[in-house]
Formats: sequence, C-alpha cells, structure tokens
Amino acid sequence: MAEEYKSDDMKVVEDLTSSEYKWGFVTDIEEIKFPKGLNEDIIKKLSEVKNEPGWMTEWRLKAYRHWLKMEEPKWPKVKYDEVDFQDIIYYSAPKKKPQYESLDEVDPQLLETFEKLGIPLEEQKLLAGVAVDAVFDSVSVATTFKETLAEKGIIFCSMSEAIQNHPDLVKKYLGSVVPYTDNFYAALNSAVFSDGSFVYIPKGVRCPMELSTYFRINAMNTGQFERTLIVADEGSYVSYLEGCTAPMRDENQLHAAVVELIALDNAEIKYSTVQNWYPGDKEGKGGIYNFVTKRGLCKTNAKISWTQVETGSAVTWKYPSCILQGDNSIGEFYSVAVTNNFQQADTGTKMIHIGKNTRSTIVSKGISAGRSDNSYRGLVKISKNAENARNFSQCDSMLLSDTCGAHTFPYIEVENKSAVVEHEATTSKVNEEQIFYLNQRGISTEDAVNMIVNGFCKEVFKELPMEFAVEAQKLLAISLEGSVG
Amino acid sequence: MITIKNLHAKVEGKEILKGVNLQVNAGEIHAIMGPNGSGKSTLANVLAGHEGYEVTAGEVIFEGKDLIDMPPEDRAREGLFLAFQYPVEIPGITNTVFLQTAINEIRKYRGLPELGAKEFLDLMREKSKILNIDSSLISRSVNVGFSGGEKKKNEIFQLLMIDPKLAILDETDSGLDIDALKIVAKGINVFHNDKNAVIVVTHYQRLLDYIVPDFVHVLYDGKIIKSGDKNLALQLEKEGYDQLIKEAAEIEA
Repeated sequence: MAEEYKSDDMKVVEDLTSSEYKWGFVTDIEEIKFPKGLNEDIIKKLSEVKNEPGWMTEWRLKAYRHWLKMEEPKWPKVKYDEVDFQDIIYYSAPKKKPQYESLDEVDPQLLETFEKLGIPLEEQKLLAGVAVDAVFDSVSVATTFKETLAEKGIIFCSMSEAIQNHPDLVKKYLGSVVPYTDNFYAALNSAVFSDGSFVYIPKGVRCPMELSTYFRINAMNTGQFERTLIVADEGSYVSYLEGCTAPMRDENQLHAAVVELIALDNAEIKYSTVQNWYPGDKEGKGGIYNFVTKRGLCKTNAKISWTQVETGSAVTWKYPSCILQGDNSIGEFYSVAVTNNFQQADTGTKMIHIGKNTRSTIVSKGISAGRSDNSYRGLVKISKNAENARNFSQCDSMLLSDTCGAHTFPYIEVENKSAVVEHEATTSKVNEEQIFYLNQRGISTEDAVNMIVNGFCKEVFKELPMEFAVEAQKLLAISLEGSVG
Repeated sequence: MITIKNLHAKVEGKEILKGVNLQVNAGEIHAIMGPNGSGKSTLANVLAGHEGYEVTAGEVIFEGKDLIDMPPEDRAREGLFLAFQYPVEIPGITNTVFLQTAINEIRKYRGLPELGAKEFLDLMREKSKILNIDSSLISRSVNVGFSGGEKKKNEIFQLLMIDPKLAILDETDSGLDIDALKIVAKGINVFHNDKNAVIVVTHYQRLLDYIVPDFVHVLYDGKIIKSGDKNLALQLEKEGYDQLIKEAAEIEA
C-alpha cells in the first residue's frame, strides 16, 4: 500500500517539474458570490448562508468590530500595495451546498481539477495512510476516510461541519490559542473565515494515518480565509499535512488563514506544510499575499512540531508558534523558506516558555535568489516561572544571487536565570568550488545547485513525512530554476 | 586519448601555463612533476574546465573532441575525471546519493540505461572493499568531517565507481601516511588498464614507487621542460629540480 501511495505521489512530483507555474488553470464552476466589501450585514449573511448558530454569528461580529479598531501591521520587512478590504469578495461557494455520500455525486469538473492537481479522489480512498479533506474555494466538498477515523472516535471534517455537529468542542477551543483580538489578520479571519479543517483526536488515540488537506484558491477576487483547529486530547497523537497550490492570477490575492493547535497533557501534534501559492511572475507581478497566524498550545508533557517548506506567495508573513504552558512541554519549528524573483518573506516562529523544563528547537533555513528578500524573525521568550527552560535556535541563510537579501531578526527575552538559550546564525553564498566539484562528476550546474540547496535544507526535510519530503525537494528545484548561472 | 598543444592559461589575469604540449595514449601513466607554483594544479584544473582559469591559446583534444569550449560536466561525461587536491565538503548530501546521481548523469549522456539501486549498491560494495572503506563513510555527507586521508581515499573511491577514460590525479598523495598511500596506489592500479590513461600530478617520487609511470614530465614556469621515463623521477628525487631548471634556462637562452 505504501508503494501505491508513493507512485501516486510521484505523479504529483512529475507534474511539478516544469518551469512555468503549472497549476495556473481555472475551473469553471458556477459559484455563489457575495458583493464586494465588508460590513456587519455581509458577516450576518455569511453566517446565515452557512446556517451557523447564533453564538458563531456573534463571535464573528465581535471579531469584526474589534478588527475595525485595529491597524494593519507595518513592522514586517515586506513591501506591498495597500490591500483594499472593501474590494474583496468575502464569500464564494459552489451553488449547491454539497452533501455527498459518495464521489459519484461530486461535480465531475471539480474532480477533474483535483486530478490536475494529482490527487484523484477515486484513488485516494484506496490509498493507505492519508485521508484528504479537500477544500475547494471556501467550502469543503469531499471528505474521505471518515469512517476509518470515526471508528477511533477521531473527528476530521470541515470547520463548517464541526460548527454544526460538534459545537461544544468548537465553542471551547475556537479562539482559545489565537483570540480574535490577537492581530489584524487574525481578527479579520475570525470575522469572515469561510471554512477550513477541524480535527479532534480523543484521549489516548494515535491517529492511524497522516491527515492532509489540499487548499486551492479558485475564485477571482475572493479572499481566502481558512480556519483550522486541531485538538489532540490527553495522550493522543496526530500528524497533519497541509499542502497548497493556487492558480496563476494577475492580481494579488489575499490569504489570511488562522491555524490553532491544542495539545493537551501528553499529546503530540506534528503539523507539516508545503506552501506553494502562486509567487507572481518573474517581473514581480501578481502573486498571493500570505498573512497567516499559526499557533499551538502545549499542556503538560505535550509536544508540538511545526515543519514548513515555503516556496510560494509574493509576500509571506507567517510565524508558526508554540506556547509551552505545561511543564516539560516541547516546541519545535523547522522551516525552509525559499524566495526567488521579487518574492518577499518575513517568517519565523515564537517560542513562549511558561512551564518548567520546557524545551524548544528552532531550525530555519532561508534561501534567497533573484531580487527577493528573505527574513527570519523569531522570538524566544522565557517567562519568570519557566525554570530550566532550554532553547536552541539555528538560522542559516543561503544567497544565490548578488541582488537578493537575507536578514535575521532574533528576539530573545529571558526572565529566568536558569534558562539556557543558544542561537547560531550563518549566511553563505552558494559555493562555486562545490558546484565545480559536482560538475566534475558529470552533474549539471542546475542539478548541482539543487543538490547543494537540498543538502542545506536536509535537517528540515528529514522532519517531513516521506512523501512530503520528496515533493518538497522537487518544489525547491522548481522555485529556484534559472536562478544560478 | 588526450592531446594538449601549446596550451596557455591565465588565472586572475596572470599567465600560469605558457605553452604546454603533451600527448597521452590509452594504457599509459604519465607523471607530471615540478616545484611549487610551476602550474601543475593549474593544468589539472584547466583540463577539467574550472571557470576560474582562462585558456588564452592552444588546444586540447580529448578522444577526438575539442575540450576548450566544453562545460566541465560534459568533459566529465566524456570520461575525464579529476581527483581533487582539496576535495570540497557538501553538507547534507550523502556519498551514495552523490555518486548515484553522478554515475547516472554520465550514463544518460552516453545513452546507457540508469543503474538500478541494487546494481549500484553491489558496485559500491565491490569498490569500497578494494580501498578498505568503511560503509559508514559511504553513507555520510560528501567529505564532511572526513580526515585528509579519508578525503583522498574518497576521491579514489569515486574514480573506481565512475571508471573514467582519463584520470587526472592532482597531488592525491599529499597528506597521506604510508599505509593510506599504499591503499590509494592500489586503487589506482586496480583502475588502470590498457583502455584508460592516468595523469599523476605530484611533488614527490614517493607515490611513483607504487604507481609506475610510463613517462615523467617536469613542469616548470608553465612549460614542460623535460620528459623521460620513470628514471627521471628517481633522478629528480636525488638531485632536485635546480640542475634541470638551469639546463632549461640555458637552452632557452
């Protein structure tokens, strides 16, 4: 079964290996669209269309009112055209709210789209290890593997379904790690989020498969506001994969997602992302604005591990973080961020040590090419009561051109004397002697650069699930095509 | 195998090779000796196609093809191998992945099918035995954390794996103790047959006790000033380069 999965994965990989942004197709599916703009009526309408309970509508409105009082953050080291929030359509969905019992009922055109993406749903049911909750635009249209998961009491569904079917869990945990007051984009997301994924792993259950979601933006002028909530109850384990692709578009598209993870006592959550939103063309035109808030809360002995491979988006603003509240809890952040052409990334993590004996590890690899700008920004905070907290941070940057930028902004705040915080940082240019050495063994310069870059990122790739690691390496190669020599 | 005619080359604007002529045929081993700064390593790097060296005149014909405008990877694919004096480290890439990629790139170029995982592993096992290379070394990142001797051994291991037509060994003996030197020499002798050729660039006669050259050339100030058989190396060992250099200067004058 593993073999079967892999061969399918190879198909995805093959599709990936072309220089143009391959996934720039648009599916012509009838959609409900809201008028442009944002106000309380739009939010009420959104909530109504989604048949949400009153408390949810209220929460959205509170978030919206708070958002109105907030300002867009200007501190990241990125430049982009002002976003006109009244020029965005806040909801679009396939006309009929789909409630599929089987794949036969799914719009064939939609299935075709998934096939182009290399994720034929028909086959996915047969594939081992991965359940896919495919989000098409803003509404989840197909969820597989539910039964297998249900046997273990695992809930894996769209956020909309969770609001309907598991309101107590949603009420208890939504906004508990990223409150709507947290930041400008989190507030906006809370007001208008359209859908996303919800996962609940019951006490002591080890999720038997990697859970994964493929995201796709596919409606002109539609902001994408995903909301993901993962709750791992005491002693449970889950590994979640998130992979993104988006069609080629000329105008900028805003993506402001919120991901909340809750790892209760002795639980572990592994969250892996391969992000490949459309980065804009070689002249820096178009591309996705990716302003994401991702944060996890660790209770006693819990562990949260973020692994990300970021190759896409025109502008990225993202800091997957861990609040290490419980004693002996562990936070990890492994990141590869690649920027080429005119891409800009300001990404990193926050490790907030509150409990005793808490540990965190940060490994960040930034690769810049073309005229891009790549910044690592990270905070390690050791609170007063965090006895014996440990942090190790390693931030390496590799430059592939003379016109790109790499920056490191580490913030360290220590309020407890027993803490040990280590920070290492390096910046290097891709080494010509290494390239010549590989050339001399028959390897082309392009492949040589890929090898060197992949070697540079190895510590991060080894944290990814196998099939994702293969994809990530190929993505890297595509992202850096033509950047050297 | 390779014909070098009147080869001139510059590094950072300075002329280092000033008209090298050399003919190497299949089945031969040539030693190139000479004092420091005579241009030995430059010659090796120019033949391999290092971008830092600019060829200003002359020609190099390798197996009937003009090398000068050929990119380094194509020279390698045509069968030219350089064992580096200072092998570089490539973090995160294992020897196995590196060699498999290299071998299959070369095979692809020659229209051969790629080597499967099993064939490749069998080949690795066979070749590593010749050099007493520990299997853990093979699974480590290319040259990372290797001792000087291990790096040189790894170069010869790659030579055996890739099995080129022409091997250029750039001071492969430097920094080796006598045991390592013997193993490295053994590897080179296993590699060498009547269909391939070896150019050994070295300072010392020492290596030539184990690898017997058919020809010995003395490179001085960018030119070959004297050629002979293996006895020339022994003579140099005894008398040094001074006498030869003086004679060469007289002829020039």
